[in-house]
Amino acid sequence: MIPLSWFLILAAALFSIGLYGVLARRNAVAILMGIELMLNAVNLNLVAFWRYVAPGSIAGQAFAVMVFAVAASEAAVGLALILSIYRQRSTVAAEEINLLKW
Amino acid sequence: MTALQIVFLIAAAFTLLSALLVVTRPNLVHASLWLIASLAGVAVLFVLLEAGFLAAVQVVIYIGAIAILIIFAVMLTRRVMSDSGPQVNRNWWGAALSALLIFGGLLGLFSQVPAVGSAFPAAIANADGLLEDLGRSLVDVNRYVLPFEVASVLLLAAMIGAIVIARPAAREEGEE
Repeated sequence: MIPLSWFLILAAALFSIGLYGVLARRNAVAILMGIELMLNAVNLNLVAFWRYVAPGSIAGQAFAVMVFAVAASEAAVGLALILSIYRQRSTVAAEEINLLKW
Repeated sequence: MTALQIVFLIAAAFTLLSALLVVTRPNLVHASLWLIASLAGVAVLFVLLEAGFLAAVQVVIYIGAIAILIIFAVMLTRRVMSDSGPQVNRNWWGAALSALLIFGGLLGLFSQVPAVGSAFPAAIANADGLLEDLGRSLVDVNRYVLPFEVASVLLLAAMIGAIVIARPAAREEGEE
């Protein structure tokens, strides 16, 4: 069978890749893609711990469902913001969106 | 090495490779297609963890809704950032360094996890009733009905917010 540590290492790697995408990419849509990767890594961890540590309690799966809902709302609002900014300023590069910077 | 381990290794390699391509491809359309591949790999891993319902939800919500939404956003904002030009900012090495540090830190923390050595998943007592249990736990007053309601309010707020934010201001259009 598959050891739990394999799932944990995979989730950690997926999270780090997503973090790199969030920190390094210039395009705001690409940053959102990185966030989706990170949320997926979190979900993977939740389900792996549910399966290996506490399969009797359904908490792991229930929380994974919550993470799905949060990810869906985050994507909807984030992309709406990006589209609105694009319409007003014709840019989606994160460093050019500096209205609140001083 | 059992067949399950081989399937896991293939799915894991596929997921990680696709994820790497998501964050490195300069062409955003390609990046979003690789994102779909990576999400599908995670769905396979959910199946390996015997969470079939979550695998289906992963395909329907992530691949069916979120990835399509991202592809639409890429297409609607495509003209500004052409495929040429730098796609990463000046401090990309700092981002890579901090991602590596986080990865190393997480690996270091794994020794603290009590069940990290468990090579076998625990037996599921009532495998057939699992989905029913999940459904009931989400509406049970003594279990997760409050997070469930909060999530539904959050979804409603996100829906209204997305509509309000993305809609062009009606007054300005009328004046023009």
